[in-house]
Amino acid sequence: MSTQPDLLYSEEEEALRAAVRDLLADHCAAAGVIARTESDAPHDLAAWKALADGMGLAGLLVPEAQGGQGATHREAAVVLEELGRAVAPVPYLTSAVVATEALLECSADGLLAELASGRRIGALAVALNVAPGGAHRTVRHEDGALYGELTGIADAAVADVLLVPADDGGLYAVDAEAATVTPQVSFDLTRPLATVTLDGAAGRRLGDAEPAVRRALRAGAGLLASEQLGVADWALTETVRYLKERTQFNRPVGGFQALKHRLAQLWLEVVSLRAAARNAADALATGEDIDVAVAVAQAYAAPVAVHAAEEAVQLHAGIGMTWEHPAHLYLKRAKADSIACGTAGAHRTTLAELVDLQAP
Amino acid sequence: MMDAAELKRRTAQLLAAHPPATTDRQTFLRARFDAGLAWVHYPDGLGGLGAPRSLQVVVDAALEAAGAPDNDPRRIGIGLGMAAPTILRYGTEEQKQRYLRPLWTGEEVWCQLFSEPGAGSDLAALGTRAVKEGDDWVVNGQKVWTSSAHVARWAILIARTDPDVPKHQGITYFICDMTDPGIEVRPLRQITGEAEFNEVFITGVRIPDSRRLGEVGDGWRVAQTTLNNERVAIGGMRLPREGGMIGPVSKTWRERPELRTHDLHQRLLKLWVEAEVARLTGERLRQQLVAGQPGPEGAGMKLAFARLNQEISGLEVELRGEEGLLYDDWTMRRPEFVDFTGREAGYRYLRSKGNSIEGGTSEVLLNIVAERVLGLPAEPRTDKDVAWKDLAR
Repeated sequence: MSTQPDLLYSEEEEALRAAVRDLLADHCAAAGVIARTESDAPHDLAAWKALADGMGLAGLLVPEAQGGQGATHREAAVVLEELGRAVAPVPYLTSAVVATEALLECSADGLLAELASGRRIGALAVALNVAPGGAHRTVRHEDGALYGELTGIADAAVADVLLVPADDGGLYAVDAEAATVTPQVSFDLTRPLATVTLDGAAGRRLGDAEPAVRRALRAGAGLLASEQLGVADWALTETVRYLKERTQFNRPVGGFQALKHRLAQLWLEVVSLRAAARNAADALATGEDIDVAVAVAQAYAAPVAVHAAEEAVQLHAGIGMTWEHPAHLYLKRAKADSIACGTAGAHRTTLAELVDLQAP
Repeated sequence: MMDAAELKRRTAQLLAAHPPATTDRQTFLRARFDAGLAWVHYPDGLGGLGAPRSLQVVVDAALEAAGAPDNDPRRIGIGLGMAAPTILRYGTEEQKQRYLRPLWTGEEVWCQLFSEPGAGSDLAALGTRAVKEGDDWVVNGQKVWTSSAHVARWAILIARTDPDVPKHQGITYFICDMTDPGIEVRPLRQITGEAEFNEVFITGVRIPDSRRLGEVGDGWRVAQTTLNNERVAIGGMRLPREGGMIGPVSKTWRERPELRTHDLHQRLLKLWVEAEVARLTGERLRQQLVAGQPGPEGAGMKLAFARLNQEISGLEVELRGEEGLLYDDWTMRRPEFVDFTGREAGYRYLRSKGNSIEGGTSEVLLNIVAERVLGLPAEPRTDKDVAWKDLAR
């Protein structure tokens, strides 16, 4: 590496964080998010409109000349931290990061500007669990039309346009009205999956699927670490707060050394994840050392976020087991995130190649 | 304004006046100290120029490029990392002038007389007594875990000056002459076979009151400066990727494919990731310090460092298979400095067991994080209002 990564937050990034946090406090209070999960509209499109239209955040990764804000992955990472902290049911990672990166690779300027402005929502039709460079399903391209079924597509239910990889090696833009999108009962209630069925749908070829999907998933994996940081940070902060209040045996339970040590250990994991997530965001922004930085962040983030959410449930104890308390939303998001964009194990396997620690 | 350009100019001046090729090492180091280029963040006249600490690298890089000798910081780590910041903060002008220059040049080695057989994690319970007689303090007691005591000229010492008040209030901080005939240093052999530490027996040692650091009875507060710097020194080294304990095992893995198994591969990759993240966490902490926003991460770095060193070195012993059943050398030696990543895997494994004990056990550090960073309730302190002489022991 020629230079040290910048692992801090700039004043502008902190201001952006404060603004997003304010907005989410108004839109995504826990009780509302829980109620929404079982409604007909699990996504919060009002919050999305405020983020995308109101604040222009859907276009952070898009250059100004192409209709975006011309910011970098560092700023997008800060937005994702806050979205993770609120388990906000908005299609930011899927549309403003993953689909946007695919369109950037294809130089699909018209669509890019529409996604950047938030006028339309895009979804890459690759299952959420696929790692960068991993195998994924395609649809059949025949006589200018697309046929097939793709499962596990996150946020497809609210997408206006689907970016579909086909068996001819192309990536196609398909209007959502031309596809059948069927919600799947999803483990993560706040980032629901759907099945996309194409039966002779018209698609517009944007470019080659392979580089576009690879780039999209790499950026998605790298920035997912910041969302996981937000999830873990909420779990730690909220658990510490609760254990200072909750009394048993005539003392705050947070004063018992067995629990203090668990929380201190978790704190250490969360501050470590912050360094790894900032490193990945900075690498994506500068273009230096991206593959290692992303793989390290993803290999580290998943177990930490899951551990934090599991500790939140256990240390909240009875109340943490209820549907009414939001801890389960974070547990479900953390567990789903540990599979999204490749498991920690998949990223470690990638690292083995990247840093020459070969398998036997 | 003391900026990088000005420091470069002064460094060039030093090199011109004392060309490393033709200058005696000690002469060069003294001249560097007198030029204020020893530790640039120290004040004028004490080896520094009152410059930002972050600019030290400018001086170091220029001197290294010119082939200038350094002060062998590994040999004098306790002086540089613990005694010096304490003297700077609490010393009188005379003490600063007397001690800091030979400390920095390495002409006088320092050691630390803090821990005792009966005062480990509960350091404030220490029982070494210092009694005032005229202008002197007469000291009696026993200290332990003292690295470099056998080569040290001076020691930083905390002793009990008032047994009738609660334990934290009756302690005073001294500078102790290690050549005093009342000092007896005995090597303390460790599980590695070597004796990197010593026991120090103190019998009727007279310390003039002019070698007291800080007020009488204020020694616990003074010692906090020393201890905070110790944890920074242990957990805060700047490393390149694979710079720590993960380096040797990664090298073994690459060079010895016949030793590889699938189980070891999974564990190695997991530890490699954790070591890289710990390195980044340390780097982030340093960036915060440079930016003037010190974060609480420092308290956690030593925790991470201790666990990783132990797990990684343990993995390497296992990786080596039949060789892991051997040991390089059990001979009792008295090394002048410690190299955690030196020698062979078996030594590294055994030595790293100390990483979660020295400078604050991991259990105590977890309490510190929980209470000072997370604001959780403090441990019950039954000894808080009890005179030291009435404590159970």
